[in-house]
Amino acid sequence: MTIIDAKGKSYTRLNEEIAGVTEARIEHCEGQRFLCDGTSGKKIEITGVPGNALGAYLNGSEITVFGNAQDAVGDTMNSGKIVIHGSAGDAAGYAMRGGAIYVERDAGYRAGIHMKEYGDKKPVLVIGGTAGSFLGEYQAGGVIVVLDLPRKESKGKSEKNGAGESGKASVRGSVNNTENNRNIVGYFCGTGMHGGEIYLRTQTPPDDLPLQVRCEPAFEKDMRNIRGYIGEYCRLFNADEASVLSSPFYVLRPDSANPYKRLYVMN
Amino acid sequence: MKKEGEIRIPSGCAIAGVITKSEEKISGKLIVNAMSVMHERSNGLGGGFAGYGIYPEYKDYYALHVFYDSKSAREECERYIDENFEIINLSKIPVRSTPKITDAPLIWRYFVTPDHNRLRDSQLDEKEYVARSVVKINTYIKGAYVFSSGKNMGCFKAVGYPEDVGEFYRLDEYEGYSWTAHGRYPTNTPGWWGGAHPFSLLDYSIVHNGEISSYDANRRFIEMFGYKCSLLTDTEVIAYIIDYLVRKKGLTLEETAAVIAAPFWRTIEKMPEEKKRLYRYLREEFPSLLVTGPFSILVGFENGIMALNDRLKLRSMVVGEKGDRTYFASEECAIRNMEPNVERIYAPKGGEPVIVRRA
Repeated sequence: MTIIDAKGKSYTRLNEEIAGVTEARIEHCEGQRFLCDGTSGKKIEITGVPGNALGAYLNGSEITVFGNAQDAVGDTMNSGKIVIHGSAGDAAGYAMRGGAIYVERDAGYRAGIHMKEYGDKKPVLVIGGTAGSFLGEYQAGGVIVVLDLPRKESKGKSEKNGAGESGKASVRGSVNNTENNRNIVGYFCGTGMHGGEIYLRTQTPPDDLPLQVRCEPAFEKDMRNIRGYIGEYCRLFNADEASVLSSPFYVLRPDSANPYKRLYVMN
Repeated sequence: MKKEGEIRIPSGCAIAGVITKSEEKISGKLIVNAMSVMHERSNGLGGGFAGYGIYPEYKDYYALHVFYDSKSAREECERYIDENFEIINLSKIPVRSTPKITDAPLIWRYFVTPDHNRLRDSQLDEKEYVARSVVKINTYIKGAYVFSSGKNMGCFKAVGYPEDVGEFYRLDEYEGYSWTAHGRYPTNTPGWWGGAHPFSLLDYSIVHNGEISSYDANRRFIEMFGYKCSLLTDTEVIAYIIDYLVRKKGLTLEETAAVIAAPFWRTIEKMPEEKKRLYRYLREEFPSLLVTGPFSILVGFENGIMALNDRLKLRSMVVGEKGDRTYFASEECAIRNMEPNVERIYAPKGGEPVIVRRA
C-alpha cells in the first residue's frame, strides 16, 4: 500500500497524488479539504483530520478514516463507502444520492440533509452514537439509521490505535452529550422531510416532529430493510449485533396523508 | 473588478481561540500557526488576533491601538488623546515588513489613563469615559480608528491572510493567557484594515464567522445608547451589544447569550418553569438585540472566552480541552494543530454558550 504523507501539502497536491494510486494510506492529514472527491475504484485510508467535504461526489471509492471527519463528509456522493472510526461534523451525507456512510460515533447538525434516491440508487447513512438537530432535514430519499449505542470508553478517550497522529487522539463527543441530557437526536428532526426513512434505536422518539412526518414503532418488516446495514456497522466497528437489535426502533416516514401544502401562502 | 452587490462569494471565515487557566504564558505563535491549516476559509481580505495578558508591565493602563490614514489624522487624534488622557507611553506598533501585507496605515499604540480632572468633571465612571472617547475618535476624527482599547490586552489586524498578519505584527514576540483569531472572507462588505476582526471595545473583543441578517435592526437599537457603527461591517455591532448588555445592563454572559442567540419560542415553552420565565423575560426585554443569521463567534474578555453559535448552528465550532487549556476553532484540524493530544473534543449545540473563566 502506498503511504502518502499529507504534512504541509495542499489539497490540490494531495488529490493529484491520490489520482495516481488505487490503494493508499494518507497520514498526518491536517484539514485538507475535498480529499478523494469524485473518485472511483480506490481504497483510501486516512489518519489525522481530513478536511471538509471529504469524499464529495464520491463515485465508488472506499474511504476509511481513523479518527474524526469534519463537515460535509460525502457531500452529494453517488456511490462507494465512507467509514469513520470516530465522529462526523455537521451536514454528513449532505445531498447524498447513493453509496453508504458509516459513522462509528456521533454526527453533528443536519446529518443527511437533502438525501435523495432514484431507482436503484438508495443512499445509506448509519450513525452509531447520536445525531445533532435537523437530522434528515428536507430528506427526499434514502435511509438514515441512528443507533445511540453506549460509549465504549469513558471521557472521550479512544482506545483505537492509529486515530490521530499519536495513536491515542480522542474522538469527538456528541453535540447532544455536553451535559447529562443524552438525546438520540436534537431538535427539529425531519424538518421538511418528504421521502426516505429515518430509523431511531430508542424508546423515546422525538416529541417535536413536524406534522408531515409519521413516527411508528419499527416492526419486523421494517427492520428487514436495515438489518444488513446494522450487520455491516457491527462488523466494521466490532459491535455486538444481538445487543444492538435487542432494543426497539422507531421509523420516521413522510406522512403522505398529510402533505406539505399552503405552507407559506394561502392560495 | 466587480463591486459590492455585483458579486457574491459563498464561504465562511475562520476563527480560533485558546485560553489557559494556569499561570503559563501562551505565545502568539501557537494561534498564528493554528490559523494556517484553515487557510481556505479566508481569502486574504482580513486577518486579526486578540491577545489577553500581553501587556503585564502596563496592566493598569488602557492600551489604545490606532490606525491613521495620514499624518494629520495622527496629529489631530494625539491632540485629543493628550487633552483627555495621561499618556504613559506611546510608540509605533512594531511590525515586520512582508510583501504579503501592503498598504499599511500608520499603526500606533498608546498606554493611557484618563485625565484625572476631566474624568471627575465628566461624572462618568472610568470605563464609560474611555468608551465614549473611543467612539468620539472613530466618529469625528477623519482617518483615525481606535481598534483596541482594553487593559492588558490588544487587537492586531490587517488586510491579508491571518498567518501573514501574525507575522506582520510579530505576534511570536507576545505572550498571554488567552488568544482569539480570525481569518476573513468578506462576502457583503469591503475588505479594509478597520473592517478586519477582532472588533473590540474596552476589554471585549469579538471574532465572528457568519453574517448578521438582523444587522440594521441591531444597529438602530444600539446606536440609541451612544454607540456608533462606523466600521462598515456587521460584526462591529456584536461588540457593542455585548458591552451594552454586560457592562451597562449587568447581564451575565449566559444571559447575554440567551438574548443574542435566543431559543425559539417553541423551545422556551418546553423549559422548566423558572428557566422559561427567565428566557421569556430576556426575549421580551431585548427583542431588538436578537442576532439572526448564521454565526459562530468567540468573545474575548478579561480572564475569559465565550464561544457561541447561532441557534440553528449554521456555522461550525469545535471545542477541545487538555489540562489547563481550552481550545476553540471552526475546524477540528486547527485544534489538533495546537494540541495533537487533545483529550476531550466536542461541538457545542447551537445557541448554547461555552464559557471558560480563569479562576
